[in-house]
Amino acid sequence: MSVVYKKSPVLTDAPMHYCPGCGHGIIHKLVAETLVELDVVGKTIFVASVGCSALAYNYFKLDMVQSPHGRALAVATGVKRALPNHVVFTYQGDGDLAAIGTAETIHAAARGEKLSVVFVNNAIYGMTGGQMAPTTMPGQVTQTSPYGRSTETAGYPVRVCEMLATLDGVAYAERVAVDTVPHIRKAKAAIKKAFSNQLAGRGFSIVEVLSQCPTNWALPPLQAIEWLKENMIPYYPLGVFKDTAAEGGE
Amino acid sequence: MAERVLMKGNEALAEAAIQAGCRHFFGYPITPQTEINAYLSRRMPKIGGTYLQAESELAAVNMVMGAASAGVRAMTSSSSPGISLKTEGISYMIGSDLPCLIVNVQRCGPGLGGIRPSQADYNQATKAPGHGDSHILVFAPATVQEMVDIPFKAFDLAERYRMPAMILADGLLGQMMEPVVFTDESAKQNEKPWATTGHENKRPPNFVTSLYLDPAILEQKVTERFARYAEIEENEVMTEGSYLEDAELVVVAFGATARICRGAVNQARTMGMRVGLLRPVTLWPFPKKQLRQLAGTAKHVLTVEMNMGQMVNDVRLAVSGAAEVHFYGRAGGMVPTPQDVLAEMRRILGGEQA
Amino acid sequence: MVNKVTIDEAVCKGCALCTMACPKKVLKLDMGRLNIRGYHPSTVASPEKCVACAMCAMMCPDSAITVEKEAN
Repeated sequence: MSVVYKKSPVLTDAPMHYCPGCGHGIIHKLVAETLVELDVVGKTIFVASVGCSALAYNYFKLDMVQSPHGRALAVATGVKRALPNHVVFTYQGDGDLAAIGTAETIHAAARGEKLSVVFVNNAIYGMTGGQMAPTTMPGQVTQTSPYGRSTETAGYPVRVCEMLATLDGVAYAERVAVDTVPHIRKAKAAIKKAFSNQLAGRGFSIVEVLSQCPTNWALPPLQAIEWLKENMIPYYPLGVFKDTAAEGGE
Repeated sequence: MAERVLMKGNEALAEAAIQAGCRHFFGYPITPQTEINAYLSRRMPKIGGTYLQAESELAAVNMVMGAASAGVRAMTSSSSPGISLKTEGISYMIGSDLPCLIVNVQRCGPGLGGIRPSQADYNQATKAPGHGDSHILVFAPATVQEMVDIPFKAFDLAERYRMPAMILADGLLGQMMEPVVFTDESAKQNEKPWATTGHENKRPPNFVTSLYLDPAILEQKVTERFARYAEIEENEVMTEGSYLEDAELVVVAFGATARICRGAVNQARTMGMRVGLLRPVTLWPFPKKQLRQLAGTAKHVLTVEMNMGQMVNDVRLAVSGAAEVHFYGRAGGMVPTPQDVLAEMRRILGGEQA
Repeated sequence: MVNKVTIDEAVCKGCALCTMACPKKVLKLDMGRLNIRGYHPSTVASPEKCVACAMCAMMCPDSAITVEKEAN
C-alpha cells in the first residue's frame, strides 16, 4: 500500500483544541505541509499571535515566539531583521491583524518586510467567545453585536487584501478559503507562494484565509460552511489582489 | 579609541551601544532622545546593522522583542510618553525572560508635558515597568561618560539574568556635551541556547513565550524570576558616595540631580557642615543595605529629585525610621539649583547649628 | 484494488466535513455511539467505493484520516 495522505510530520501528536469543524486545523496542516515541501522546517520561526491560534505552540515542531495581541508583525520584523536568511512567518486572526494590529500590519507591508503572513478571517473573535470583529458582517449577530452588526454604530467590515494591495511594499496578496477541497488546494498553493516569495527575497506576502467558526457562528460545521459561502465570499471575493512576481515585477 | 572625544549624551550612548555589540535598533522620534535615532540611522547601515524607524514606540519595542528572541543584542530608546507605550512589550519581554536595552531620556510630564528634563518616571521604571509581578534592571547615568560605560554593563547583566535593562537618563544628560573616553571594553555576548534561531532539525524547538495557562507552572516561572531578582539585589547594586564617612546629613540623589547636589555638598563642606552624598547608579536594584547603614550614623537623609517625591519612598523604606528623611523636589521641567539644595541643608541642619 | 481509509477515532470530533468532502459518500458519522471525546465518530461506511482521492483527509481539520492506495 502506498500512502496517499497522512498527517504532516511537522505537526505534533497533541490533539488540537480547536472546535469541531474549525478552519484553523485545516490551515495549520497547509502551513505544515508547505514547510516540508519547501524543506525549510529547520530554519523557520513561527511568530504566533493571540486568539484561538495562540495555542499553536502545542501543534508545531518549530521554533516559535509568542507575540502580544496585535504585535506579531512587529515581532516578526525584529526576528527577520536579526535572521534575514531564515523563514519567518506570522499566523494571525482577524482581531489580531485587522483590529489591534492594524498599524503593525500596514507598516510591515509598507516597509515590504520579507515576511509571509497567514491571516485567518473568520469574521469574529473566537478565543474570547464570539465578539464582533472588524471583519464581522453587517447584520451578523455576535456577543457584542447582539442585534446584528449595525453599520450605523459599528461601521463596515474591513477588506484587508484589497487595502494592503495598494502598498508598493506588498509583493503578494491573495484571499482564499478552506470551505471546500478545491478551495483548500488553492489555499495551499497560495500559502506555498507566500513562503516561496520569502525564499526568493520578495517583499511582504499575505494570504487571507476565509475560515468557518461553527461554535461562535452558532451553526453546525456543515451549515457554517454554507454560511461562509453565502455571506462571506460575496463580501470578501476570493482571488489574487497583488502578485508582483506574476506581473513580471522582478 | 582611547582618546577623549567631545560628544552629546544621546550620541555617546548610541555609539557605546554599537561598541557593546548592539546591531539592531528600533525607534521612533521623540524629544529629547531623537539624536539616538538619528545617530544610529547614520552608523548602523555602515556596519551591517539594522536601524528601523517604526510606526510607533509600541511597534518598536515589539521589534526589539523579535530580535531579542532571535538571540541578538537589540535596543530601543524613547522618552517618557513613548516609554508608556512600550510597557506592554516590556512586560512581555520580562515574562519571556528576554534580555534587551531600553533607554528612557526622560522629559517632564504627565501627558504631553514638556520637553525639559525630569525624573518623574522613577516609579514606572522601578515599580511598574509593565503589568504583572516584574522588575527590570534600571541604571541612572549622571555623566556623559556613564552614558558610554553603562550600555556595556546593561547588556551584560540583561543577558546574564535574562531580563530587560533600562537606562533612565533625562533631557539634561541627553542633550549636554562632555568629553568622553571609549574604553575598548569587550562586547562579549553571553550564550543564548534558548534563542529561536531555527532548530535546524538538530534540537528540540525553542519557544519564547510569556503564556503559561497552567497556574502552577506560571507561578513557578514567576518565583524563579524573583529568585534571580534577589540575587541581583544581593550582587549588582552600584552606587557612588562622597563625604559619607562622617556625614550627619546624607543627600540621596541620582542622575543629573546628583551633580547639582554634589555642588551643594562641596559648598556645604567648605562651610563646615558635615554633609555627604549617596548617588545610586542602579535604581533597581536599589541600595537598601547601604542606606540602612548610613542611617545608623547620620541623623538626616535628604532626597532630592526632579519629581514630586518618588525615590524618597524607597529611601524611607530603607532607612525605616533610623534617621529623619527629608525631600526637596522640582517638577514640570524646573531644575533645582545648588543654592536651593544648600538652603534645604541649612534649614535641616540649621536647627542643629544655630 | 482495495484502498484504505483509516480514521483515528480518538482524534475525530464528529464535524462531518469529511462526509461532505468525499465524492463517493464513503464516510458517514456513526450516530449509534460516541468516541472517547464524546463525539459521533466518522466511519468508513462503504470502503469498497473509495477511490483514494484523499479529499476526506485534506478536509479533516484534525489530521485524523490517513488514506492508502493499493500499489498496482
